[in-house]
Amino acid sequence: MRPAMMEEVEALRGVNSVKIKEASEAGKKVVGMYCVFSPQEIALAADAISVTLCGTKQEPIEDAEKELPRNLCPLIKSSYGFAITDKCPYFYFSDVLLAETTCDGKKKMYELMGKIKPMHIMNLPQTAEGEESLALWKNEMVRFKDFLEKQFNVEITEEKLKDAIKLMNRERQAMKRLHQLNAHKPAPLSGMDMMLAQWLKGFNVDKEAGIELIERLIHDVEDQMSKGQYAFSEGAPRILLTGCPIGSGSEKVLKLIEEAGASVVALENCTGYKGLDTMVDEHKEPMLALAEKYLSTPCSCMNNNNGRLDLIKRMAAEYQVDAVVDLTWQACHTYNIESFTVKKYVKEELGLAFTQIETDYSDSDVGQLKVRIEAFLETLGVTVTG
Amino acid sequence: MISIGIDVGSVAAKAVAFNGEKIMATAIIPTGWSPKESGNRLLEEILNKSQLTLDEVHAIVGTGYGRVSLDFINKKVTEITCHGRGAHFINPEIRTVIDIGGQDSKVIRLNESGLVMDFLMNDKCAAGTGRFLQVMANTMEMDVSQLSETAGDAKPENINSMCTVFAESEVISLMAEGASKESIAAGLLQSVCNKTYSLVSRVGAEDQVFFSGGVSQNPLLKKYLSDKLGVEIQVSDLSQFIGAIGAAIIAYEL
Repeated sequence: MRPAMMEEVEALRGVNSVKIKEASEAGKKVVGMYCVFSPQEIALAADAISVTLCGTKQEPIEDAEKELPRNLCPLIKSSYGFAITDKCPYFYFSDVLLAETTCDGKKKMYELMGKIKPMHIMNLPQTAEGEESLALWKNEMVRFKDFLEKQFNVEITEEKLKDAIKLMNRERQAMKRLHQLNAHKPAPLSGMDMMLAQWLKGFNVDKEAGIELIERLIHDVEDQMSKGQYAFSEGAPRILLTGCPIGSGSEKVLKLIEEAGASVVALENCTGYKGLDTMVDEHKEPMLALAEKYLSTPCSCMNNNNGRLDLIKRMAAEYQVDAVVDLTWQACHTYNIESFTVKKYVKEELGLAFTQIETDYSDSDVGQLKVRIEAFLETLGVTVTG
Repeated sequence: MISIGIDVGSVAAKAVAFNGEKIMATAIIPTGWSPKESGNRLLEEILNKSQLTLDEVHAIVGTGYGRVSLDFINKKVTEITCHGRGAHFINPEIRTVIDIGGQDSKVIRLNESGLVMDFLMNDKCAAGTGRFLQVMANTMEMDVSQLSETAGDAKPENINSMCTVFAESEVISLMAEGASKESIAAGLLQSVCNKTYSLVSRVGAEDQVFFSGGVSQNPLLKKYLSDKLGVEIQVSDLSQFIGAIGAAIIAYEL
């Protein structure tokens, strides 16, 4: 059963696009971001609003392909398409953009996008290991801080950073608690609703209101759990979804898994749990604490990404999963290659079923994906419904 | 007790009746434009052939891409699971199943009970499938069933493109350059063999390998694949019915 609160969560979509307009018109500065590596705290400490930018829909890809290669990852094409067509209100009202060098495709696309709006690029180290990487990333934090201070003509004090860190930790805690509700067997929230709630909060303009909304949703779900109301039955196979990020418009694979009768209980990807696992240390010097937290993101863009395997292992146990599905967007080389390592680890070390699905945002392969997903669930020895 | 399995593929619809021990009857018709209609016709035919009425049938399982349009089935199961069970019935020693059908090709790994351990499917395009061979055969004005015979022991031409449309242009160019029909036919089978081989090597093919689906009726492709994999690939007269057999076995257990 779907919690009634989900309607309010879904309504955020409309509410937020109005709120961002009002805030911008009232003189609030807006920083648009793409990635889970983006330190929102620094934007908040500059008294700005930080929002996620659009990039999960097929619709603007056609326009993006006028300038970008066709055989590029749909996420990059969609993000760029939204930027050049003004179809994303968050992009439209952003005063500045923040981007990171997570992959070659994005890196080069950002060069084109940077001509549309002022853009700051944070250079990620190639590895998260070692003191040098941390020092480099900490310096990138400082560079971003300097950039915002200059752009917005403000001073980002240590005090303000500490407040922002506390606020973001509270938001992360709330989102983490929400996600962890699905560790319960059977899961109280469908994977689709979990994804929507996690994804929509990225567009949330008012952080406090957003935290309060998620807390009410948690309360609502807990209430249903106490009445024995769940999204799936006890027997539904439990799936951990890992790999590339997903959002509204690119939920194809998640949707097909759940339509085939399985329950997606854990979203390990960066639009799900990945960014919620660790908090920023509130007792350390803010810039160092931020650098440590964001560098710990187990993203495939890092050379040696063993942290992802550890996270999958922990989540597989905590969420009592039966299988792991690894989603790769077409032309996402890092996740695509890493899939071989993940497959080996999941099958041999964790003894769980595994499948990888490589696709894009279009519906052209839905028929075949359906067969593959249903067949995969059949190998788990579970009756597929529908 | 008797069960029925129906496999509605993109090219042909197949049905078998099963009594728990052996296949009692088989039926096959072209799928045509309406999988639902051919499903109904096929049911009628298999009932006739096995001299049964619907009341006497324990259960019916549907598989193949047309399974969703069948309204008389008790359960639908994907062709992956069905091909696995079907191949296991033919020979319980089989651990790898290569199934090249009309629009999909797949490689399935089985355990000793005939359950699917792992599988891979071709990408969304028709590269390496029966459809690929059919389009190419048409380009050379022959029937797909003649490809193997035509190729004989000719030295295969290189067909480099795996895209059905581009490969067609390649075939046309080869014909224009005067390449023989024999060597082009051999080249086409070779290219399907290569595509299938890369799929097989990703899943692994130790032990006994079975070739099912419509394309398995092509002896030269079977030979090419056997040579490349270094194992003698098994086929059966019932190869085209493997999916339906698997469906019937699953139906029997319902």
